Amino acid sequence: MTFRNYSIILMPILSSFVIFMIWFGLGQNMVQERVEKDGYTVEEAEGARKAVLPYPNEILTALTIHRTDLLQATSNTFSTAILGFLAAVIGGYGISLLFSSSLLLKQATYPWILVLQMTPVIILSPILVIWLGPGQRATALITFLIGFFPVVANSTQGLISTNKDLLDLFTISNASKWQEIALLRVPNSMPYFLTGMKIAGTLAPVGAIAGDIFAGTSASGSAGLGFMIMVYISSAQVPALFATAILACTLGFVFVCGVNVIHWLALKNWHDSYGEAEQ
Amino acid sequence: MVEIRDLSKRYGKGPQILDSINLEVMHEEFISFLGPSGCGKSTLLKTLCGLINSSSGSVKIKGKSPDEARADCGFVFQDANLLPWLCVQQNAELSLKIRGVPKSLRREKSEALLKLVGLSESKEKFPRQLSGGMRMRVSIARALATSPSILLLDEPFASLDEMRRNRLNEDLLRIRNQDLFTAFYVTHSVGEALFLSSRVVILSSNPGRIHTIIDVPFEYPRTAALRESSAYLDLLVKTTHSLREVTVE
Repeated sequence: MTFRNYSIILMPILSSFVIFMIWFGLGQNMVQERVEKDGYTVEEAEGARKAVLPYPNEILTALTIHRTDLLQATSNTFSTAILGFLAAVIGGYGISLLFSSSLLLKQATYPWILVLQMTPVIILSPILVIWLGPGQRATALITFLIGFFPVVANSTQGLISTNKDLLDLFTISNASKWQEIALLRVPNSMPYFLTGMKIAGTLAPVGAIAGDIFAGTSASGSAGLGFMIMVYISSAQVPALFATAILACTLGFVFVCGVNVIHWLALKNWHDSYGEAEQ
Repeated sequence: MVEIRDLSKRYGKGPQILDSINLEVMHEEFISFLGPSGCGKSTLLKTLCGLINSSSGSVKIKGKSPDEARADCGFVFQDANLLPWLCVQQNAELSLKIRGVPKSLRREKSEALLKLVGLSESKEKFPRQLSGGMRMRVSIARALATSPSILLLDEPFASLDEMRRNRLNEDLLRIRNQDLFTAFYVTHSVGEALFLSSRVVILSSNPGRIHTIIDVPFEYPRTAALRESSAYLDLLVKTTHSLREVTVE
């Protein structure tokens, strides 16, 4: 075993250690400054530091204290993100199929999709809340709006960029339009579609949390992580806020890992991005 | 069997690609097209199977138009153009699947063809796991799956080294001996054209016209030994001279 083999584990441990040292150093510095310059007692300075930069152990304590609410919120955000993500993936690919089969439809609709994409979610979200009311429906729609454009853009590119010789091959074989789509264009678009899906998967938890900030509600235990963030900010529970950030990050990892597994399963056998040709 | 009468092709208002091509080809003939780059060899091939429409003149295959006779044609492209997401066997039976042939029959046919091209052992591999020559063999198997009476080959072995190309040329003739078809073959190699063909058509360029038709008198089946015979070498020199004339023009 060489250093190269160990480095994949050692380097993240080392960088984590450095980050924690900086973290504790900053905290200690903050306390010291308050005591020396502002005349705080050590307890007062620690309290002030905790409200700005809680230590990891304090964050873990907050996580334990608020675990029931936070786990429920994480579960709600996860289900909203899944809902919005699936809608983005299925709807986005469906729209791409329509675009690839009708240039007129693409020309008529694509500018509106761009307009929708260019309009910041921060503006769209309150409008959607007015239209749909707060709750999972509006949050899932916000997640969908954030995720579906990468799927549409990538999949459309994949569906229209089919090798000319392969199209000729299908013409010579007297293939129907449907056969051309099902047997050639759709599989050919998979690497593009899956790349769009990866981007949508990365954005889905972000969309669900951002949407929840605007459209979240605590009614019947449906609060998501975004709503909890607003609650913890308004009540200045900073360690709980950091705990929420950890859960949001974990959710993002779960999504990205899930999408990467799907990508791998779909392409591992035949796509050049996985492994070298044998020859 | 195939009649080409006064065939011309021009793309829009662009230059004339083909001009007054006349050729009659009998069943089971092997015709090679030789000529400088841009003389319209590939255009002529694609016109024969209706992938490109002629500007004037006509093509008749067993009395039918290219569009009507398309089902009777197989095409082998310069690149193997296999579908990378399908394994070798699935690629070989693709044309049959498109035509709605039942799976059991497809399997039977593709097994036989893969045996013919020497790829039975690799039927479950994916294209990226094959060498260039193996991919080309799959491409040929795919083109032959529907038992076409006409096989069109557009520089299929151009990207391979000479040794592999010679080997595949011999394989192609061996396959043709078992599954007789009329072949139209585009190539830049004089040696390849003479080894494979019963006639070699040399095209001049700007626009593409038939310059010379050379009869190749060697009997089939042909073996690698033919390439060392004096008659073959004499014809090679003669054909090279003819080709040089159109290249210099």
